[in-house]
Amino acid sequence: MVNKVYNNRAWLLVLPMLALVAFSAIIPLMTVVNYSVQDVFDANTRFFTGIEWFERTLNDAGLQAALLRQFAFSFTVLAIQVPLGIGIALLMPKRGWQASAVLILITLPLLIPWNVVGSIWQIFTRGDIGLMGVGLRELGYGYNITRNPVDAWATIVLMDVWHWTPLIALLCYSGLRSIPEAYYQAARIDRASKWAVFRYIQLPKLTNVLVIGVLLRFMHSFMIYAEPFVLTGGGPGSSTTFLSQSLATMAIGQQDLGPSAAFSLIYFLIILLVCWVFYTAIMNMQKDKAERGGV
Amino acid sequence: MNQRIDTHVEQAGAPQGQSSGQFQRAEASKRGRSRLRPRTLLAIYLVFIMLPIYWLLNMSFQTNSEILGSFSLWPQNFTTANYMGIFTDSSWYMGYVNSIGYVLMNMLISISVALPAAYAFSRFRFIGDKHLFFWLLTNLMAPPAVFLLPYFQLYYSVGLFDTHIAVALAHCLFNIPLAIWILEGFMSSVPKEVDETAYIDGYSFPRFFVKIFIPMIRSGIGVTLFFLFMFSWVELLLARTLTATNAQPIGMIMTRTSTASGIDWGTLAAAGVLTILPGIVVVYFVRNHIAKGFALGRT
Repeated sequence: MVNKVYNNRAWLLVLPMLALVAFSAIIPLMTVVNYSVQDVFDANTRFFTGIEWFERTLNDAGLQAALLRQFAFSFTVLAIQVPLGIGIALLMPKRGWQASAVLILITLPLLIPWNVVGSIWQIFTRGDIGLMGVGLRELGYGYNITRNPVDAWATIVLMDVWHWTPLIALLCYSGLRSIPEAYYQAARIDRASKWAVFRYIQLPKLTNVLVIGVLLRFMHSFMIYAEPFVLTGGGPGSSTTFLSQSLATMAIGQQDLGPSAAFSLIYFLIILLVCWVFYTAIMNMQKDKAERGGV
Repeated sequence: MNQRIDTHVEQAGAPQGQSSGQFQRAEASKRGRSRLRPRTLLAIYLVFIMLPIYWLLNMSFQTNSEILGSFSLWPQNFTTANYMGIFTDSSWYMGYVNSIGYVLMNMLISISVALPAAYAFSRFRFIGDKHLFFWLLTNLMAPPAVFLLPYFQLYYSVGLFDTHIAVALAHCLFNIPLAIWILEGFMSSVPKEVDETAYIDGYSFPRFFVKIFIPMIRSGIGVTLFFLFMFSWVELLLARTLTATNAQPIGMIMTRTSTASGIDWGTLAAAGVLTILPGIVVVYFVRNHIAKGFALGRT
């Protein structure tokens, strides 16, 4: 890292960005805050309600269930994607046309619009026309994502693993590429085991990119909307209805401005809180390590 | 090739003078096996990645009666009718034009305001810099669903509803912070001496920035553009809410395939395949930068 100079003229460089982001972020967020403390009947009639909407949202059993499902989903996909992504990165060829080909193939799922990802998996898993759906039925398993919550849940997790593991794999792959060959030579001379090479050479180099990967993955999995919406529509029942979908139903479908605004703010705060705790924890861990003298 | 690498490794170990010939041979065959296994595992993963995409491709070349009538692993009566239907109907192909239009606008806007801002964050301390940076990152964490209604009202009231620029501006919410975050990492890995030398040589700030600094972080900009494209291209919730007819994204038009009389699977699959193509083009352009660039300057 470079030593930074103190200079307030730097604000001039930041201003254009600030104007744009403020337009897209602060004005709408203030609107949400505004709605969350009022009961809006029409353009002229509105009442101040204080924290009533917040209380109601926090006590809503349906939303609490959606929140639990959301946490369960986010942690499940992270627990699968992070180790799998690291594993794939270790397996990827390092140079030559094979490396390019694997890179391009692996990146593909990341660039497919999210609703199309839903459609792809809908087509893939349908019991009548889908390869996976028909295949599992041929094998004698009564696979049905519109009836069986376990099937629906497993399919959504599988879809998310398919969709997002490449991000972790690519981040780790480029982290691995930055390790000088001399490190590996030194390890070979020491006759270090594969595990030791991974634990003491590769993993420390991956920490930075993994922090980014985990943060991005947590945020996006917590906001997941289009894929389950297209694939299962939140069903069967509400077994795959996650927070974004509950919110969209509330705000657009039922036009409950007050409660949905309160819900929005709580939703936003939860993501902020989790990211902040994770980030601070990692940074403290690294600082501790640096103080103990090891890297 | 495996053999050659193995002997190489063996030679590195040889000076210790302990390994007998037999031991070496056993070791070599073990290494040969252990190089074969990663390939197999990787191949299995690639098959897992490609299968759903293959199935989509397969469906897109079949007629609806074939899709629903018989189950086949490849198209029996190969047809491009689904694609022709899309290419000859302006209400279909305009969806692609609209999507690509707002994505390009967003990439242009985001990168041009993010470059100077990222430079400021990577080189200077100023009042409120840390708070500002944290606030930027919080925008990345804001669920788009939260902003649906306020966005609709905001863009409606300023008269931008159902225009490409509205979607491009809305996507700035998460794309500008992301771009600054990525670029800041790359810029911080460029030594500060570069800037100082250039100023001593008489470069003004704008000239230095364009002529020297930007070429130095080329791969960083490439990767940033890749991410900008990716997150703007794949987002649908905001794009759908802010458009009605003139700027409707392809993802929204695709929902037309589902009608009361059932789903037009062939057209849906063909439209899906066509949404993957721009991504392939973009990956192809940045393929050489991905390997290094994805570390985002932070290793």
